[in-house]
Amino acid sequence: MLTRDWLLDDSPATLMQANLGRAWRMTTALLRNPLAVAGLLIVLLLLATALFAPWIAPESPVGQNLSARLLPPSAAHWMGTDELGRDIFSRVVYGARITLLIVALVAVISAPLGLIIGAVAGYFGGWIDRILMGLTDVFLSLPKLILALAFVAALGPGIENAIIAIAITAWPAYARIARAETLTFRNSEYIQAVRLVGGSHGRIIFRHVLPLCTSSMIVRVTLDMAGIILTAAGLGFLGLGAQPPLPEWGAMISRGRTFILDQWWVATMPGFAIILVSLGFCFLGDGLRDVLDPKQGGEK
Amino acid sequence: MSTPAISLQDLDISYGDTKVVRGATFDVARGESFALVGESGSGKSTVLKAIAGLAPEWTGEISVLGKPRGHGTDRAFSEVCQMVFQDPYASLHPRKTVDTVLSEPLAIHGIGNRGARVVEMLGAVGLDRRFRFRFPHQLSGGQRQRVAIARALMLEPQVMLLDEPTSALDVSVQAEILNLLKRLRREQGLTYLMVTHNLPVVSFMCDRMAVMNKGRIVEIAPKTALYDGSFADPYTRDLYAASGGNPDADPAVAAALKTKDTA
Amino acid sequence: MTRAPLLEIEDLRVSFATPTGPVEVVKGLSLTLGREERLGIVGESGSGKSMTGRSILRLIRAPGRQTAKTLRFDGLDLMAQGNRQMRAIRGARISMIMQDPKFSLHPVMTIGQQIAEALRVHEKLPRRDLNARVIEMLTSVRINDPERVAKMYPHEVSGGMGQRVMIAMMLIPRPQLLIADEPTSALDVSVQAQVLDLIQELVTGNGMGLILISHDLNLVSRYCDRIVVMNGGEVVETCAARDLHEATHPYTRGLLAAQPRMQETRATLPVLDRTEGAGT
Repeated sequence: MLTRDWLLDDSPATLMQANLGRAWRMTTALLRNPLAVAGLLIVLLLLATALFAPWIAPESPVGQNLSARLLPPSAAHWMGTDELGRDIFSRVVYGARITLLIVALVAVISAPLGLIIGAVAGYFGGWIDRILMGLTDVFLSLPKLILALAFVAALGPGIENAIIAIAITAWPAYARIARAETLTFRNSEYIQAVRLVGGSHGRIIFRHVLPLCTSSMIVRVTLDMAGIILTAAGLGFLGLGAQPPLPEWGAMISRGRTFILDQWWVATMPGFAIILVSLGFCFLGDGLRDVLDPKQGGEK
Repeated sequence: MSTPAISLQDLDISYGDTKVVRGATFDVARGESFALVGESGSGKSTVLKAIAGLAPEWTGEISVLGKPRGHGTDRAFSEVCQMVFQDPYASLHPRKTVDTVLSEPLAIHGIGNRGARVVEMLGAVGLDRRFRFRFPHQLSGGQRQRVAIARALMLEPQVMLLDEPTSALDVSVQAEILNLLKRLRREQGLTYLMVTHNLPVVSFMCDRMAVMNKGRIVEIAPKTALYDGSFADPYTRDLYAASGGNPDADPAVAAALKTKDTA
Repeated sequence: MTRAPLLEIEDLRVSFATPTGPVEVVKGLSLTLGREERLGIVGESGSGKSMTGRSILRLIRAPGRQTAKTLRFDGLDLMAQGNRQMRAIRGARISMIMQDPKFSLHPVMTIGQQIAEALRVHEKLPRRDLNARVIEMLTSVRINDPERVAKMYPHEVSGGMGQRVMIAMMLIPRPQLLIADEPTSALDVSVQAQVLDLIQELVTGNGMGLILISHDLNLVSRYCDRIVVMNGGEVVETCAARDLHEATHPYTRGLLAAQPRMQETRATLPVLDRTEGAGT
């Protein structure tokens, strides 16, 4: 194949070709790992579901039909109906949007925050490091869910506040990783070389240190996605996350708890969705780690 | 020619509480190639780092091209003095292409026409144009060291600090890099201050040398002292003997003689 | 020379599986080592010299694979030995000294304990004799005050002393063959000579065979009887150490010429032609 040769060319003619070639090599490496492919498929499925929810879902996620309450799974209602006669399948499908929103926003807020704090602390060291890491340790020492609960309790229940609360509890772990990673190469010769050609601290941190931390960060965030989904579900279950009638998976389980003995499907179906998506992110994260691991990046 | 390229006066360098260099004093003339020779722990690399601004805890005086040095790195200094590191595997950023590495100094100093300059510099260090967009892991040790030398030369400095630039390389690759460094010095009128433990390399590359032992300079000698071993200091004489120095013969014959002795 | 040679290797091949197919790093190497002979293997990085050393002890790990028509040590077919038998041979009959003592010594065991451990694995001895042997061994590698050094941890000793401790550890079970893979390249020149002289003395004094693997032609020619020059996984030349400087193969000649000399008068160093063979 012509494009394949172009991508794998040992002597790329442009920067774009070089970067695309590297991306291509990583993608093929990722695709060789069956578990990673499974994870990728699940995550893509989640994306597609969220994107095309109105076309996939047979019914409205909030439309009530009290004459069809608590029906078991059937051809008409693939996952049955809940206590207000809403189609659970439709709610799970629309719930994918909320889950994705939570996951994406948390990642977008907490990963860069943790990355920058960790890189700055690791790069400068000294008292800056001590202050930033002290702060990080304060957050790390509290259990995630409890801290998130405290924040939601202070900010008021609701999906936005749940996202903020989870993001605030998630960054310290990333800061720790970024700092540890930065420490391993802050005295390396290629960083010293940039200092010698007159590069500023800001330039070194953003152009040289951060790119090296990002790959392990991507892996870690992907692996943490499952935890974020579970925390969000936990908050929803406790009534502090998404508020009814929003079809958030955790809140759905919480409602279904009342009927768990007689109408098992009400709580179980969103539970399956949570398990599947969490598993998908875990597989993908594991696969990404094998591909992006810096120790493999240096290999010849 | 009056002001020396590098001048050290009573330089003391410490890491934390331990002093690693004491009272280092020497001048390197413009256009000269000067060697700092010593074994590990002698403080030779530390002197280089202090001049470059990477070992900030020092007292005494350092001046480069007549200008006194401050205690850190700065942009004006980076245009006159650059450094090449020992380990070509550690001195290139693993995620950056050769092109990015070489254009960066230009970008920092706001110099335009980067593409053409990068291509020109690749030619000057003997790398084919097709290496331009490769990542470090696609290069051999010798090629990486050429890139590191090119990076140091991008800002057209007059003084180059070389920290054991070939000790991590194979003999045949070392020869290529030494030839390259020698040619660049001739073509661009560079001043070299080179740290090494290898006396034959000094003989090939340098005009004079300072020998260091345990943080002190014990002797400053011309390269011709290597021809006959006429060193004044006992430590230098030991080092010379251990490096296979033999006043009467070249090392090839010396080695052959020695084999006969032991057999 | 009525007895069989100490080590016979015929058609040794080592290959590594990669996504793009197997890559052979040793391509059909054959050599013999006589009893009490000192053989040097010289080559640049990637020449397969270290892999050759490791494959004698069958230390090639997956995804690497080694095959050989003959790999016979003192009449024993090493290729036919099981893992357990190989473990009994390693250390006791064939020992290996690695490049950097920092990575080969256990950081939280004292030097004395480690040397004793090396001996205990192969011989059952009462504790008192064990200690006596350790001290005796440390003395023989010219460590002053062996009682004190035996109680020290690896990070408390210098590189040269660390390497002498390694030598003590490798030689205490009295092996018949010592393989030294770049034993001094992490050391300073002045210490290098001491360590190599010591290896030399212990090897000849105890009637051992020695394989010295190095990138340094001059060093090998000084300490060995015979030299094997490797390039790209193949032997390009074998010669007596004293005749090294009359070597005929262009690669060997190129290597010799590329080295700067103490009395250097050449304006440029001759460079190997890399158009053929594995470019580095």
